[in-house]
Amino acid sequence: MSLGTFLIMRHELLLIAAALTVLIAEIFWNPNKKGSISLFSIIIFGVITIVGFIPSQEGPIFGGMYVSSGTRLLMKNILNIGALLVFIQSVTWLNKEENSEKISEYFLLLISTLIGMDFMISAGHFLIFYIGIELATIPIAALAAFDRYNNKSAEAGIKLILSSALSSGVLLYGLSMIYGTTGTLYFNEVATLFGNASLQILGFIFFFAGMAFKISIVPFHLWTADVYEGSPVNITSYLSVISKGAAVFILMIILFKVFPVIASTWQKTLFVTSILTMTIGNLFAIRQQNLKRFLAFSSISQAGYILLGLIGGNQLGMASVMYYILVYIFSNLGAFGVVAAISNATGKENIDDYNGLYHTNPNLSLIMTLALFSLAGIPPVAGFFGKFFLFTAAAQKGFYLLVLIAVLNTIISLFYYLLVVKAMFINKNESPISSFKSDFPTRFALGICVAGIVVTGFASVIFEAIRNLSFGV
Amino acid sequence: MDILSLFVIIPVLTITAILLLKDTRQVRLVAAFGMGLQLLMAAVLVFLYLSARHAGNLDEMLFVKDYLWFKSLNIHYCVGVDGISVAMICLTSLVVFAGIFASWEVEILTKEFFVSLILLATGVFGFFISIDLFTMFLFYELAVIPMYLLIGIWGTGPKEYSAMKLTLMLMGGSALLLVGLLGIYFNSSPDKNQLTFNILEISKVVIPLSAQRLFFPLTFVGFGVLGALFPFHTWSPDGHASAPTAVSMLHAGVLMKLGGYGAFRVAIFLMPEAAHELSWIFIILTSISVVYGAFGAIAQKDLKYINAYSSVSHCGLVLFAVLMMNQTAMNGAIIQMISHGLMTALFFALIGMLYGRTHTRMIYEMGGLMKVIPFLSVCYVIAGLASLGLPGLSGFVAEMTIFIGAFQHPELFYRIVTILVVSSIVITAVYILRVVAILLLGPTTNEHFEHLTDAKWFEKISVVTLIGSVAAIGLAPFWLSTMIGTSLHPIIQKIIALNPF
Repeated sequence: MSLGTFLIMRHELLLIAAALTVLIAEIFWNPNKKGSISLFSIIIFGVITIVGFIPSQEGPIFGGMYVSSGTRLLMKNILNIGALLVFIQSVTWLNKEENSEKISEYFLLLISTLIGMDFMISAGHFLIFYIGIELATIPIAALAAFDRYNNKSAEAGIKLILSSALSSGVLLYGLSMIYGTTGTLYFNEVATLFGNASLQILGFIFFFAGMAFKISIVPFHLWTADVYEGSPVNITSYLSVISKGAAVFILMIILFKVFPVIASTWQKTLFVTSILTMTIGNLFAIRQQNLKRFLAFSSISQAGYILLGLIGGNQLGMASVMYYILVYIFSNLGAFGVVAAISNATGKENIDDYNGLYHTNPNLSLIMTLALFSLAGIPPVAGFFGKFFLFTAAAQKGFYLLVLIAVLNTIISLFYYLLVVKAMFINKNESPISSFKSDFPTRFALGICVAGIVVTGFASVIFEAIRNLSFGV
Repeated sequence: MDILSLFVIIPVLTITAILLLKDTRQVRLVAAFGMGLQLLMAAVLVFLYLSARHAGNLDEMLFVKDYLWFKSLNIHYCVGVDGISVAMICLTSLVVFAGIFASWEVEILTKEFFVSLILLATGVFGFFISIDLFTMFLFYELAVIPMYLLIGIWGTGPKEYSAMKLTLMLMGGSALLLVGLLGIYFNSSPDKNQLTFNILEISKVVIPLSAQRLFFPLTFVGFGVLGALFPFHTWSPDGHASAPTAVSMLHAGVLMKLGGYGAFRVAIFLMPEAAHELSWIFIILTSISVVYGAFGAIAQKDLKYINAYSSVSHCGLVLFAVLMMNQTAMNGAIIQMISHGLMTALFFALIGMLYGRTHTRMIYEMGGLMKVIPFLSVCYVIAGLASLGLPGLSGFVAEMTIFIGAFQHPELFYRIVTILVVSSIVITAVYILRVVAILLLGPTTNEHFEHLTDAKWFEKISVVTLIGSVAAIGLAPFWLSTMIGTSLHPIIQKIIALNPF
C-alpha cells in the first residue's frame, strides 16, 4: 500500500499524531506553566480542523473495511468544529487549581474519542464500526468521572460505562445475528444478502436498540440525565453534541447503505421512537430545575426531531440531518457555554439562580436567549432553518402526521425554553448573580457560537454544499 | 436595491442604530425617525403603485423582486405587492408610528422595548411584502416571538401568564400552518418536478382535492388562531389586557390582520375548492366569534378587556367576510381590516393614556372625564363612533360592504347567518355607548381626577395620526376600495370559476 492511499485516513492519522504530541509534550513542559498546554493543544487541533477541509483522495482501503467519501469527510469536519469549540470552552475550567495536573489527559482522552468516532463514521465493516464505537465511548466514561472528588461525577462515570457496556452487548448480539444469517460483516455484502427473515429483523432491532442507547432515544434514554448532571459541564456538552452527532451520522449511513431492503421496517421503528423521544424528552424537561439536567432532556427531544430526517430515507433527509447537527452544535454549545461560564464563576446551575440575570449580565443572557431560540426553532436564527428542513424531509415522504406531532412538540419545548428566558429577563431577584467578565477563551467560543447561530441559517451556500454531498436510499 | 425590501431594511437599520445608543432620549428619537421614514416610504409606495396602475400595468403583483435562496428546495426571497398589501403596509406604518409616540414614556429598559417593538414591526412588514410562502412563514413567526418579552417585561396585571398563553397559542397556530404550507408545497406541481413556494405560481396549479381537504383546514385554522377564530381566540383578551399600550395597538391593530390576510391570500386563494366545500364549518365558527365577542365586551368592566373582546368580534367579521368568497364581501373584509386596525389602535392608545392618568382601567372607578380631559375624551368618543359603524367614519364603510356582500348569497344558510351577524352591530352600540356614558359623562366622581392634565404633544401626534386616517377612509373610501378591488379581481376570478356567487 502506497503512502497516498494510506493518507485517505488523514483525519484519523492527524488525530493520533496530535494525541501523541500532547502526551509527549507534557513530559518536557515547564511544570510551572502547565496551563499553556491547553493553548498548545487547541492550536494543534485548530490546524487539524482546517486541514480537514482540504479536499483529498477518497475511496475504500483495507479491502473495504475503511471507506472514505465526501459525505463522511463532511461529517468528520462537522464533528471537528464542534470538538474545537468544546476545547476552547474548557480552558477556563482546566485552568482551575484542581485540574492543573490533568490538562494533557483531558485532551488526550477527548482526542481518542474523536478518533473512535472518525473510525466509526468511516467504517465499511461492522467490526471497524464496533471498535470505533468502543473507542469513542470508554474514554468518555473516564472524562465523565474527571472531577474525581465529586461523588456525582464518579457516579456519572460508572453509570455511563455500565450502560454503554450493556448497550454494546445488545448491539453485538444483534450483529451476531446479522453475521449468522448473512455470513459477512461487510456493509455492502450485508446490504445485498439482507432480507425480511424474522431473525434478520430481530438482529436489526437489537442493533437499533444498541444505537438508541448511544443517541439516547426513548426508551433507552434513562442514563442520560444522571450522567449529564454529574459530569463536568464541558464533558456534558461534548456528550450531548459530539457523541450524539457521531452516533446519528453512523446510524444514518448504516440505515441508508446497509438496510435499505427493510426500509419499511425501520421507518415504523423510527416513527414510534421519534414520537416517544420528542414527547417524553420535552415533558421531562419541563420539570427540571438544574440547567444541565434541563439541557439533557432538551437534547433527548432534539434527538427525536433529528430522527425525522432519517425516516424518509431521502437525500433531503440526510442533508437536513447533517445541517441540523451543525446548527445544533452551535446552539447547544452556545447554551452550554453560558451555563459553563456561570458555573465556573459562581458555581450556580439552577434556573432560579438565573433570575434577573439580564440586569447584571446582559450579554450572557442575550447569548443564552439566542441559543435557546435556535434550539426551539424560532426565526431568524439557524435553528428555524434546520427544523424546517427536517420537517420538509419527512413531509416529502408523506409523514405529515409525524410532522404535525413534531411541530406541536416544538411548542412544548418553546414553553420550557421560555421559562429560562423568563427567569433571565422578567423574574425579580433580590440577589442576582453578580456582574462578572468572563475570560478570553469563553468569550471567543461564545462569539463563534453566536456567529454560527446567526449565519448558518441565512447562508444558503452551507445547506446547498451539504446537500450536494448527501445521498438517499 | 428594490423599494419593497426597504420596508424590512429600514426597521433593521433602526434597530441597529438603537442598539448602538445609550441615551434614552436619543433612542426614542431614532425610533420615531426610523418609523417616520417608514411612514413616508409607505406614502411613496402608494404613489408609485397608483401611478404604475394608472400607466396601465395590469400585473397581479407589482415591484416584484426575486432572489433565489435555497436552490435545492426552490426557496426564493420573493417580494411583490398588490393593492391589498399596499393598503396593509400603510396601515402597519401608521400604527407603528403612532405606537412609538404612544410609548414615549416607557421608562424601564427603554432601549430593549423599542428594539422588540420594531422587531415585531419588521416581521409584519416582511409578511405583507412576501409572495414566497417560506419567507412569509419566517416573517410570521418573527412577528410573534417578540410579543413574549414585550408583554412579559413591560406588561401589567398577570403579564407572565398572559405572555406565555399568547405566545404558545400563536405558535401552536403556526405549527398547524407549517404542516399546511408543507402540504401545499408538495402538491404545488402536478409532476412533482418543480415544487415551489411561490404563491403566484401555485395559484396556477389545481391542488388535488384530497390534499386540499387535508391542508385547507390546517392552513385556515393556523391563520385563524391569529385572527381570533372561535374557539382559538382565548389568547386575545388576556394578551391584550396585559400588554403595554403600544403592543396592544400593534397587536390588535396589525398582527391580528396577519390572520385575515393569510387566510384569504394563502388558504382560500390557493385551495378554493376545499374552501368552498368546508366554508360552512368556519362560517359558523366566525359567526360565533362575532356575536360572542360582542356579548363578551358587554360583560367586561376593564377597558382593555372590553376592547379586546370587541377586537375578537371585529376580526371575526373579517374572517366571516373572507369566507363569503365574493367580490363585495372580500372588499369589505380588507376595508374592515384597515378600519379596525386604525380604530382599535386608537382605542388602545387612548386607554393607555387614560390609565397613565387615572391609574385604573375599571370603568366604574372613573366618570365625568369629559370635563377634565376634553381632548382625550372627544377622541375616545370618535373612536367609539367609528367602532359602532357611524357613517362618515371607516367602520361604516367596512361593515356595510361586508353585510351587503354576505347577503348576496341566495341560500338560506348564508342569509340566516348574515342576519345573526348583523345583530352584532346593535350589541356593539350597546357596549360602546355604555362605556362612553359611564366613563366620560356625568359628574366627576373621584376628586383625584379633578387635576388631571390633558394630552401631551407626543400623545396628540399619536392620536391625531390615527383619527385623521379613520376619517379619511370614512369620507373618501373610493380610492381605497378601487385599489383593493382591482387587486381582488384575479383572486375572485379564480374562486368564481367554481362558485357562481
